[in-house]
Amino acid sequence: MDRVRDLASKKAAVIFTKSSCCMCHSIKQLFYELGASPAVHEIDKDSYGREMEWALRTLGCNPSVPAVFIGGNFVGSSKDVISLHVDGTLKQMLMDAKAIWF
Amino acid sequence: MGSRARTVNVSSTGDSNNVVNGMPSYAPPPPMPSSSSSMGIDATNVLPSRISEFGNLEQSLGFRVEDAINLSRNPLFNQLQLKSNSQALGADVQFGALSKSIANSDINISAAIAGSQTLSLQKDSQPNLASTSAGHRENWGESNMADASPRTDTSTDDTEDKNQMPERGESSERSKDKADQKTLRRLAQNREAARKSRLRKKAYVQQLESSRLKLTQLEQELQRARQQGIFISSSGDQTHSMSGNGAMAFDVEYARWLEEHNRQTNELRAAINSHAGDIELRTIVDNFMTQFDDIFRLKGIAAKADVFHILSGMWKTPAERCFMWIGGFRSSELLKLLVNQLEPLTEQQLMGIYNLQQSSQQAEDALSQGMDALQQSLAETLANGAPNPSGSSGNVANYMGQMAMAMGKLGTLEGFLRQADNLRQQTLQQMLRILTTRQSARALLAISDYFSRLRALSSLWLARPRE
Repeated sequence: MDRVRDLASKKAAVIFTKSSCCMCHSIKQLFYELGASPAVHEIDKDSYGREMEWALRTLGCNPSVPAVFIGGNFVGSSKDVISLHVDGTLKQMLMDAKAIWF
Repeated sequence: MGSRARTVNVSSTGDSNNVVNGMPSYAPPPPMPSSSSSMGIDATNVLPSRISEFGNLEQSLGFRVEDAINLSRNPLFNQLQLKSNSQALGADVQFGALSKSIANSDINISAAIAGSQTLSLQKDSQPNLASTSAGHRENWGESNMADASPRTDTSTDDTEDKNQMPERGESSERSKDKADQKTLRRLAQNREAARKSRLRKKAYVQQLESSRLKLTQLEQELQRARQQGIFISSSGDQTHSMSGNGAMAFDVEYARWLEEHNRQTNELRAAINSHAGDIELRTIVDNFMTQFDDIFRLKGIAAKADVFHILSGMWKTPAERCFMWIGGFRSSELLKLLVNQLEPLTEQQLMGIYNLQQSSQQAEDALSQGMDALQQSLAETLANGAPNPSGSSGNVANYMGQMAMAMGKLGTLEGFLRQADNLRQQTLQQMLRILTTRQSARALLAISDYFSRLRALSSLWLARPRE
């Protein structure tokens, strides 16, 4: 959990993924389209990967990846991100976190 | 009945014929020319002899009835009796022959005579025979009626009755004949009733047989349908019934949903055309959205059972299928169609719709890219590790590992479908937030109409004449 929190606070937009996960790929693409440059951490390539996955699950992220943090706060998994994106909230959050400027 | 006392004047031929009373039911003229000739009676003597025959007949009948009937009430008969005695003595041969012919041939006449006599007697009083025969007749009547109910073995009872009755009251041949006649009639009726009963039974059994056959057929159909996973039970538990082939079950559910959807569309159309109030429109719009929630939910359940069926779009019409995107419609396309139809829109609304359109487009692109990545990854997984012709056991392990990985990747398809549906749902809801109630109603109607036209187009296309 500490590692997760630590990594999440390092950048305005942080996404935890797995290299094999294609949905993660989608969310990444979404962020790129928005103009954000999120920090991407592949937990299956991380030595603490298993603990991180467990930590993400305890946060309520199911499936555990992709897990999105904006401004150090846990936003959710793909479903939450898409929902927030549709009603414009995601963009606002990114702007607030200074991940994007317009 | 004719009058009792009918005096026939006889031209005397010297015979001291008795004064004959016309028989009550008898027209004097010639019922017995044949018997006359058979008896060889002289033509000249026809009339008197006939009369004498009458008289003799009366005598003989009178003798027979005498036991049962109280003839003392009838003076005429008594006279006859007195006279007939002497007559009988005098004309033995004739009488014998006559009585024989009477006994042999004319049962009807005797019965009629008996009947008429009893009836006429009945007019005067209540003689035994009359009452007994009436009672007898009553009984017969009753058992006749009883015969109408499906009883077939009444004949024995009735014959017993008939046997008893005459013994009780009569021992004369006349009533026996009457009894025989009635017995015959009863037997015939019994036979008829039995026949009818048998026919009814036969018809009923046939009906039962055909019903049974139909029942087995239906059971077989049901079994077959169950195997194909069709929704048999109407209970709300959908997860259980999605056994076997979830695709068919979903198709059935979708058809049902479509029906309901069309109904609600018509309701919406009617409300808009009739310029219904905002509150009513809001209710209809909310119901409409609930309906959409329903189909998304159903798709989710079906995707768990058979994701490829949903993704393939086989449950949609061909035209819909062609322009499908990840198991459904493209939200951004829909919004592009609507903008023109929703005018007038405020500046803010226009912005909102435009932003929504862009957001959904972005989400769609993102998901599409994810799908592309999936396909690529799957291809790589399956393509990697081409089997070594030497066929070592390692390859088999590789193969198994490959398949396992591929299986894992396929599992993510369901996730994509779920997110695509989520996008569609969110887009619709956001749209309703931007628009007013009336605009929302018109928008939903426009969407509905668009899809129904697309479906109609598919039908037309399929039915088009080919060269």
